[in-house]
Amino acid sequence: MKLAEKIRILAASVGTIAAVVAVTASGPVQAQAKEQFFPALPYRTGAYAPNGVPWANGYLDYFKLINARDGGIGGVKITFEECETGYATDRGVECYERLKGKGPTRATLFQPLSTGITFAITDKAPADKMPIVTAGYGRADSVDGTVFKWNFPLGGTYWDAADILIQHVGKKEGGLDKLKGKKIALVYHDSPYGKEPIPLLEERSKIHGFQLLLLPVTHPGVEQKATWLQIRQQRPDYVFLWGWGVMNSTSIKEAVATGYPREKMYGVWWSGAEPDVIPAGDGAKGYNSLVFLAPAGQGAVHKDLIKYVYDKGQGSGKKEEIGDVLYNRGLVSAMMGVEGVKRAQFKYGKKPLTGEQVRWGLENIALDAAAIKKIGFGGFMDPIQTTCVDHEGSHSSRVQTWDGKKWNITSGAYESDLQIIKPLIRASAAKYAAEKKIPVRDCAKDASN
Amino acid sequence: MLYRENGQFKTSYRQDQQMLPILQDRIFMGLLLLFVFVVAPFVFSDYLFLSILIPFLILSLAALGLNLLVGYCGQISLGHAAFMSVGAYAAYNLALRVPQLNFLVVMILAGLIAALVGLLFGIPSLRIRGLYLAVATLAAQFFVDWAFARVKWFTNYASSGSVSTATIDLFGWQINSPVRKYLFLAAVVTLFAVLAKNLVRSHLGRAWMAMRDMDVAAEVIGIRPVYAKLTAFGVSSFYVGVAGALWGFVHLGSWEPLAFNITLSLNLLFMIIIGGMGSILGSFFGAFFIVALPILLNQAPALIGVELSTAMASHLESIIFGALIVFFLIVEPQGLARLWAIGKEKLRLWPFPH
Repeated sequence: MKLAEKIRILAASVGTIAAVVAVTASGPVQAQAKEQFFPALPYRTGAYAPNGVPWANGYLDYFKLINARDGGIGGVKITFEECETGYATDRGVECYERLKGKGPTRATLFQPLSTGITFAITDKAPADKMPIVTAGYGRADSVDGTVFKWNFPLGGTYWDAADILIQHVGKKEGGLDKLKGKKIALVYHDSPYGKEPIPLLEERSKIHGFQLLLLPVTHPGVEQKATWLQIRQQRPDYVFLWGWGVMNSTSIKEAVATGYPREKMYGVWWSGAEPDVIPAGDGAKGYNSLVFLAPAGQGAVHKDLIKYVYDKGQGSGKKEEIGDVLYNRGLVSAMMGVEGVKRAQFKYGKKPLTGEQVRWGLENIALDAAAIKKIGFGGFMDPIQTTCVDHEGSHSSRVQTWDGKKWNITSGAYESDLQIIKPLIRASAAKYAAEKKIPVRDCAKDASN
Repeated sequence: MLYRENGQFKTSYRQDQQMLPILQDRIFMGLLLLFVFVVAPFVFSDYLFLSILIPFLILSLAALGLNLLVGYCGQISLGHAAFMSVGAYAAYNLALRVPQLNFLVVMILAGLIAALVGLLFGIPSLRIRGLYLAVATLAAQFFVDWAFARVKWFTNYASSGSVSTATIDLFGWQINSPVRKYLFLAAVVTLFAVLAKNLVRSHLGRAWMAMRDMDVAAEVIGIRPVYAKLTAFGVSSFYVGVAGALWGFVHLGSWEPLAFNITLSLNLLFMIIIGGMGSILGSFFGAFFIVALPILLNQAPALIGVELSTAMASHLESIIFGALIVFFLIVEPQGLARLWAIGKEKLRLWPFPH
């Protein structure tokens, strides 16, 4: 290629890039429309896509349903936009920056579906006045609303999950005191997500006297032969699985290969969905996991989804997948955000609301059984009530078991033991407040803000 | 026609040795600095600062450090994100345990600690070269990854392994807005770039280039290989450690050990390969290419009005980005800096073709 041609091509590319930069720099002009903008940070690519896609489909479908069936929230239409993160923290932060200013009143709230991204944007949320809903993931200490004003781990955190698993396993043994001398292995994703339950499990192991075996698995989690060899040697009585994406299905396949009984395996709610068990085929029968907020299955809201969204060809995914575990979880996560906006509209009026106003709504959610049935989630959710001090609202769960074709609930409801968890939360939140030098709220004074 | 040095006579050694001997170059650099420090804070949006300019500035500093080692001294390193990680965690621990220290002091000390670690991992370079050294530096990457994930003291016994930093306070000037972050980084990067340029024009830089071109011959004429190679590792790790501290404190604010993984190491290497090895300006070009282009490609379908699912846009971005790398390397294997140099050469003759 001649030199002159090289320069010409280079000049053309630089010119295009400069033009694009100029367009991005100016930014779009916002019209004052009656819209509430919900950003979505899904991951439809990468090692975690098998689990990210159904959640994202459920999340978006709920917005479409609210628009089609109810005409929006209190007459305010929902607009939404996706920004692919690939479960990468830096991409997640970039998507957050890109989408936070969109919409007539800026973004309503963020649900990053990634503990790593949650950690990163928790720092930015107070300055941007942006609520972050981390239903079932994120920082366990963000339950404490006096320190984490803008974080909402609605429905439960990893400390609740670990606690409930210990309670269930204790019940299986005939009492928590019978756990003495037993061995419990935690196979976890070597990331903040996987490491979150460790403090609680260590605390519980001190109290009840069982031995805790920690087995980290590096991202993306396809290399687990060494981990399961250790399990074969050590023969723990129970294995808790804290994986995500392909790590889950790999773990179950390795359990089949090394002959570890799946009935003794318990996954957290992010390790118990169809994409995790189906690849292992019949070998996954008997594998247990926790249920988060909504179990698998279809209810009143799904009938509405079929009628208003899927029959009109607007569905985000396949119609056959709409009762799946992760789809329902995305649905419920979107529902919690919408309920937060509804509650805020109760105080601030039926108009597009800012992040600050929605934050108040999220802090004052009160959904009892009747209200849940009214919005179509009857039989899918337990009542949830948030306050300034308690940003999770509910902390119960059940155990479900895979029978080869579907998930069946195989236990009663458990509530996590707040006596053990609350001091841990308080200590951790205080440490964060000291590190970041942020003031602790006084809920009595701050409750109406 | 415009870019000629006719009539610009140098009458002293000092004038002859200056970094920008041509007047037009000095004017251009002056205008650029004016734009960067005075005009840009008012013109660019917050999104541009946070998502493109701030990562670009920090990674260009890191690429500069890597270029000193790989481009000027010829010692290949596949694990440089490890030294960024060392700098970031060192800065975090210093800020946490000695809160009275000013952030500038913390930054420099973090760089020095990273330099010490870099020196340690640079010792293999005295015996092995090329691909084998690359593998040895890869060991540095994984070792440091492991150390910060497992040794809980470094992360202040955080349950999740994540660390958080407070806002930087420089003599009362809080660095809490995108514009302030950008100005602080622009100042630091300009200073370090000028230092690097001086360093490579000094006897140390020439020793490095001699080691790169033919290390046996360099040793024969009296350049001490231990001194040259280890100083290259040390200075390079210092730059990269400072970049790591800035990456953690200014850009991320809160990070986990995976934030400095092998992908970042490889990205740094790609930056200097695309930008131009052995060139200070090349580090900046490469950093801009790797930081800004994926984001622009990701937003391009929306900007030109094409409806694509986000997954498709993400895949297309990877494909086009890879294709562009291959394209630029075919067009000019020596990198974008060489294309810039050729452009300046042509500009001297313009409007005549030869």
